[in-house]
Amino acid sequence: MIAFLKKYEGLWLFVHSPAAMIAALLAALILLGAVFAPWIALVDPYDLASFSLFDGLLPPAWEDGSNPKYLLGTDDQGRDMISSILYGARLSLVIGLSALTIAAVLGVGLGLAAGYYGGRFDAIVMRIADVQLALPAILTALLIDGIARGILPTAIQQDLRVAVLTLAIALSLWVNFARTARASTFVQMNKEYVQAAIMMGQHPLRVMFVHILPNILGPLLVIMTVDLASAILLEATLSFLGIGLPADSPSLGTLIRIGMQFLLSGEWWILWIPTVFLVVLVVSINILGDFLRDVFNPRLR
Amino acid sequence: MLTIKDLSVKFPSRFGDITAIEDVDMVIKPGEIHGLVGESGAGKSTVGAAVIGLLQSPGYVANGTLTLGDTDLRTLTPDQAHVMRGDRISMIFQDPQTSLNPLMTIEDQLIETIQAHSDVSVSAARKRAVDLLEEIGIKNAAQRIKAYPHQFSGGMRQRVVIALAVSTDPELIIADEPTTALDVAVQSQVLDLIQRLAKERQIAFMLITHDIGVIAQVADRVTVMRKGRVMETGGTAQVLGTPKHPYTQALMDAVPPLDRKIDRFQVPEADEASRDDGDLAENWLLEGQQHDLTGLSLQNLTVRFAGPRTSLFRKPPHYVALDDVTLNIKPGSIMGLVGESGSGKSTLAKAITGLVTPNAGTMTLGDTALPFGKSRSRHHPSRQLVQMVFQDPYSSLNSRHRIGDILTEPLRFYGFVKDATERENLARSMLALVGMQPDAITKYPHQFSGGQRQRIAVARALLARPRFLICDEPTSALDVSIQAEILNLLKDLQSKFGLTILFISHNLAVVRQMADETAVLRHGKIEEIGETDAVYTAPTAAYTKSLLELTPVMPTSWQA
Amino acid sequence: MVYFILKRMFQSVFVMLAVAFLAFSLFRFVGDPITQMTGVETSVADQERLREELGLNDPFVYQFARFTGDMLKGDFGFSYRTRQPVADMISSRIPATLELGVVALIISLLVGVPAGVYTALKPRGVLTQAILMTTLVGVSIPTFVIGIMLIFIFGVQLGWLPTFGRGGTVQIGGWESSLFMIDGWRALLLPAITLGVYQLTLTMRLVRAEMMEVMRTDYIRFAMARGVPMRRLHYKHALANTMVPVITIIGLQFGGVIAFSIVTESVFQWPGMGLLFLESIRFVDIPVMGVYLVVIAFFFVLVNLIVDLLYVAIDPRLRIKDVS
Repeated sequence: MIAFLKKYEGLWLFVHSPAAMIAALLAALILLGAVFAPWIALVDPYDLASFSLFDGLLPPAWEDGSNPKYLLGTDDQGRDMISSILYGARLSLVIGLSALTIAAVLGVGLGLAAGYYGGRFDAIVMRIADVQLALPAILTALLIDGIARGILPTAIQQDLRVAVLTLAIALSLWVNFARTARASTFVQMNKEYVQAAIMMGQHPLRVMFVHILPNILGPLLVIMTVDLASAILLEATLSFLGIGLPADSPSLGTLIRIGMQFLLSGEWWILWIPTVFLVVLVVSINILGDFLRDVFNPRLR
Repeated sequence: MLTIKDLSVKFPSRFGDITAIEDVDMVIKPGEIHGLVGESGAGKSTVGAAVIGLLQSPGYVANGTLTLGDTDLRTLTPDQAHVMRGDRISMIFQDPQTSLNPLMTIEDQLIETIQAHSDVSVSAARKRAVDLLEEIGIKNAAQRIKAYPHQFSGGMRQRVVIALAVSTDPELIIADEPTTALDVAVQSQVLDLIQRLAKERQIAFMLITHDIGVIAQVADRVTVMRKGRVMETGGTAQVLGTPKHPYTQALMDAVPPLDRKIDRFQVPEADEASRDDGDLAENWLLEGQQHDLTGLSLQNLTVRFAGPRTSLFRKPPHYVALDDVTLNIKPGSIMGLVGESGSGKSTLAKAITGLVTPNAGTMTLGDTALPFGKSRSRHHPSRQLVQMVFQDPYSSLNSRHRIGDILTEPLRFYGFVKDATERENLARSMLALVGMQPDAITKYPHQFSGGQRQRIAVARALLARPRFLICDEPTSALDVSIQAEILNLLKDLQSKFGLTILFISHNLAVVRQMADETAVLRHGKIEEIGETDAVYTAPTAAYTKSLLELTPVMPTSWQA
Repeated sequence: MVYFILKRMFQSVFVMLAVAFLAFSLFRFVGDPITQMTGVETSVADQERLREELGLNDPFVYQFARFTGDMLKGDFGFSYRTRQPVADMISSRIPATLELGVVALIISLLVGVPAGVYTALKPRGVLTQAILMTTLVGVSIPTFVIGIMLIFIFGVQLGWLPTFGRGGTVQIGGWESSLFMIDGWRALLLPAITLGVYQLTLTMRLVRAEMMEVMRTDYIRFAMARGVPMRRLHYKHALANTMVPVITIIGLQFGGVIAFSIVTESVFQWPGMGLLFLESIRFVDIPVMGVYLVVIAFFFVLVNLIVDLLYVAIDPRLRIKDVS
């Protein structure tokens, strides 16, 4: 009985936490919408032929002068807002998730090794992390972007924007993973099961990945969720600053930047609908992150 | 006088209330030390917490009466209860390292406590604090009082904790395992202090402990608890010497005596798996004895650790963990190694297993030299021949791996058995051999109790076909009755498979039951070494003598 | 203690050197400095002469040493874009950013610490749940959106506060301050709140987590058992111990404040270093980018050194030797 409860405690807590369930539902909906955007969306915002200027600046369906075909209205180019947002979320999520994966692999790998070997290797990794910390996420991302502008020929720059943006975000997030993995590994290194494995003469890689890694997944999962939110925010911020993605392949941040032009005119939906959508997405992810933190650290409940 | 009647405490959980303690009755008179003893999960600490009104949220007192003098403790408002804490009831915690606020001086903490309960000036409070510290045995108190907690040693810190507890002249002090974290010598001083305070100041003590020896030494009366209920209560000599309740009898049978060796503990035979299931593993182990009995000898082994660096120009001071240790463990025998915390016992085990690199000396396993630390290759034969049973069964098994994975890992790693099904069968059989159900193989460690986990840890060690086994405090995390079972198991296995064992423990009584020879370690040096009986009956080193004298035991006269 | 501080200083120097190296590599390897400095009409021979004059043909280590030396002397080179000395460009922008950052940090501490303490002491209260939910939304709204919302509400709809620029400033010995004029404060308010909100939520959550951790320790339980008055227990015992880790993180956050000021400055057209940095990225003005990096890292390192000193002041374990 107790074993059963322990095993499914996370699940039990989940179905008894309305906030977590709603957040999961919203996040799942947005994820599905983003994945299936090409099949759901009314128009393809990248394809100039699929929309027309004549449909421009239509308000959402509940306002006067709207076209019921465009439920949330259109922008100045005549693009359906829902379609833009779905494609925008798709791009934001692709960048966020790939940056997260790179950061996690790099950070967890370095953190595990630093915690396992300790000593000089640990010192070097941590000093690099110090330098990285002195240059906060947004600065790192901007810098990499600037470097890419300086090094890459202009022709390639446009094609590589997504890659550069992803790399910039990944590099600014790896420290979180490295520090968490290192701290957790230190705790595990003192556990007797790890000493037993080392004593047996098992390969360091096996000790790190088969023995230690499964035991530090909890805190890493929390970092992963929180950092996914950060990655999406960072991408939006960079695109907002006009340094991320160009207007013809809009992410959520780019959509908001475009919407800013309509802050003072009457077309509020062009700015606020993508904004609300972005906030809902990030809030959902953060609520899930909070929930996971509670599950893995029950004392804070 | 504290009177507890029909006390029950419940913890609401999402699956209904869980009863922590039920129908607990107890009376503690002024000046009386009342021992509250029981194994983990008995609810001893819950009784103390309920009396002082500090039950862990969301626990609550569901029933019964609690009265101190003529005050009904259950009717107090939270504010009234808080004012009474310290004033009339106080508490001493287990670990003096963590019970004092590290950022405040001893003086500040004493004065704030005194002023919280009596309307006196700072200078009067300070004077009282200094007098109290002197009384409690802190010399030069007027100056020492300005110090921060980290400037005191563990024993001194526990004295400060006691000073804080008595600084407001309470009627009752709840002492929750007050000496468990202390070494024998300090423990005896603290126990003396508690006895003196009870007598001179007529303070009633509720002494919560798992250590029967401590109870025997200082308690006037004792209450035995199990699973939240009182089993037996009465005068200490009667309850411990001629227990009436079957549980108390079984408990007393499981307590290892210091003054004699018993061959096997009497433990109720659990519903162990049929021993036949273990035949496969037994035969496999026996056929694997291609090596002869394997001894181990250490010559002049020295281990130094660099201390923390505190200056740019001076080299960090060395901390000598093992100092010129020479130890010869005869093939097929059990060598006991006793010592207090920090004596270097665990460092010795780590040096043998290669986790720590000695600075000097030699180690010889059987007749081959054992390379040190990092220079020992991962494929060195000793990695298989030497196995270890660790102290904490909650950390020695990887909680994310199935028992089956944990047990078959050595079989695969050392290349003993190539076939996965065969490995599984052998692992099942080994579980039976150590007294577990073979179907445990599909479960995870958290599904087992501490004692069961320790059996699994023993099974894992055996599946490496070791010839030399290090047991580092293998029972100190376990309850007495479980300890007795594990000690029986280790004895059986040792005699059956001719293992050589290094048995490390801080518990002199346990080592006496296990070891053929005993070495006494202190500050990294061997103080004494010899036949176990000789060491215990006629110790030569002064240190051994004092250890034996200061270890709390039950007077022989009580035994029926 | 002296060793502890020396060690931290050594680490700081390492961080500064690493950042200087980064800035140097930027300057040296991102694009060719010579083509940036000269026009199309400059002959190849002239370019070569300039290259030789600037020492760009010297060994790498030598160049880096000279680069660092120049920086120490306050010579930060010239901007590619404006041809002005970078030192002047940056230093004229420092006051705006520092005032913004410090005010934002103070707002975040003034609100964040009390809110953290409250939610830790009353973990099940209704207000606590409300605060927690609000801050969760707070960390999820991008800084620029908060800025836009504030502009929209207080600038556009209500028209109470200016939406861009620094307003009135006073020149005090080369330091252009907006703290001495009502107009300056009015202009500072919205950007500072925008920048402070994110830090505030972080501070609050951190204080809460640490405080709850401290409230579970033995020494707090022992203080409870001795009947130490609740107020004293919460503030003298618990909060003081909470501040030890909190101070570290606040030091780290300061870097974040300065970095996020880039976004805030962009939204409010606040004439600080961040805005300059953004412009220099857009024009690939490498010298300015590099120096900005070094300046940011310097502030970060300086604040963290101060934090270490505070640490020593708060924690007697670092100050007084252990006798046992």
